[in-house]
Amino acid sequence: MKLQLEIFLAFFRVGIFGYGGGPASIPLVYKEVVDRYKWLDADEFGDIIALGNTLPGPIITKLAGYIGYRISGFPGMVNALVASNVPTILLMILLMKSISSIKQFDWVGGMIAAVVPVVGMMMAALTWQFFSKAKQNLGWLKSIIFCALVFFLIHFVRIHPAFIIAALVVFAFTKKDARKETAESKEGTGT
Amino acid sequence: MIYWQIFLAFFIPGIVGYGGGPASIPLIEHEVVDRYGWLTVQEFSEVLALGNSLPGPIATKLAGYIGYEVGGVLGAVVAIGANVLPSLILMIILLNVLLKYKDSPKVKRVTVFVRPVIAVLLGLLTWDFFFESYINIGIWQTILIAVVSYLLIERWSIHPAFVICGAFLYGGLFL
Repeated sequence: MKLQLEIFLAFFRVGIFGYGGGPASIPLVYKEVVDRYKWLDADEFGDIIALGNTLPGPIITKLAGYIGYRISGFPGMVNALVASNVPTILLMILLMKSISSIKQFDWVGGMIAAVVPVVGMMMAALTWQFFSKAKQNLGWLKSIIFCALVFFLIHFVRIHPAFIIAALVVFAFTKKDARKETAESKEGTGT
Repeated sequence: MIYWQIFLAFFIPGIVGYGGGPASIPLIEHEVVDRYGWLTVQEFSEVLALGNSLPGPIATKLAGYIGYEVGGVLGAVVAIGANVLPSLILMIILLNVLLKYKDSPKVKRVTVFVRPVIAVLLGLLTWDFFFESYINIGIWQTILIAVVSYLLIERWSIHPAFVICGAFLYGGLFL
């Protein structure tokens, strides 16, 4: 029961403080799930984000649903989905009923504008976290080249990240054993 | 029958909407406005505007609200389920497989390979948020808020919820 309450609170906060759509809430999920409750470690979180980005549909509900399921099965999944979605939907239904015109809502603009840099900063901190993880395994030079290449493919060639992640997964599974060992020894020395 | 339509209207954007919730907004609009005519373009843009000024994931907010308008509470449940469950179930199955073999070197290698991609994706999102902020409130406000929130969250470990509330207050008063 205590666990369900924690799941609810964690994803309630994610839903209610995540401004700017799903992706803006990724750092919040990280804070709750990895930093605060330690349900997952950073590596697992990274894998989940990777797969979440490879599959279609909204990202935060996928994260919430999976993490809830992982922690306490089907009830945890439903709990996390409800906690991250229902409060804001209720707010939305309530406001749409009570407000005749959205224009009355202009003053909210300033409030939300001030949250955007906060989200940007949290996203930057998370970016750095994953980059330094990559750096631990691959070293400075390789990870910078790797990241630059991925950036080029996503941003300029406009390849969808899902394809890049899928290609890397296939590559990781089919790579020859000799090179596998060097990769492993690197990981061993890095961590 | 209406529930079947609601299911389809949110199932399709959920399953073809690559790039998370925001990417599926035009797809939802297509279903809700063009195909089923539940809302006019004007109504949809108002719902979207309000949805964007409220917290939380946007696609499910639209699904929940429109589902409720069209088919009551059951409509909202159907809409959210159709939007979320297909890819969530796939995700649970795939991650369970991954978890089962998580000690295999191949799966470890996947984690190592995928990490830089995540860093780049998050980096691009970071850029989007800062750029949007620069357009909205200018460079100095953006830097000020980012630096203060960095100190509060990363240095002094204050929960982001408090910092976001603080940003609201600041934004309401000064922006």
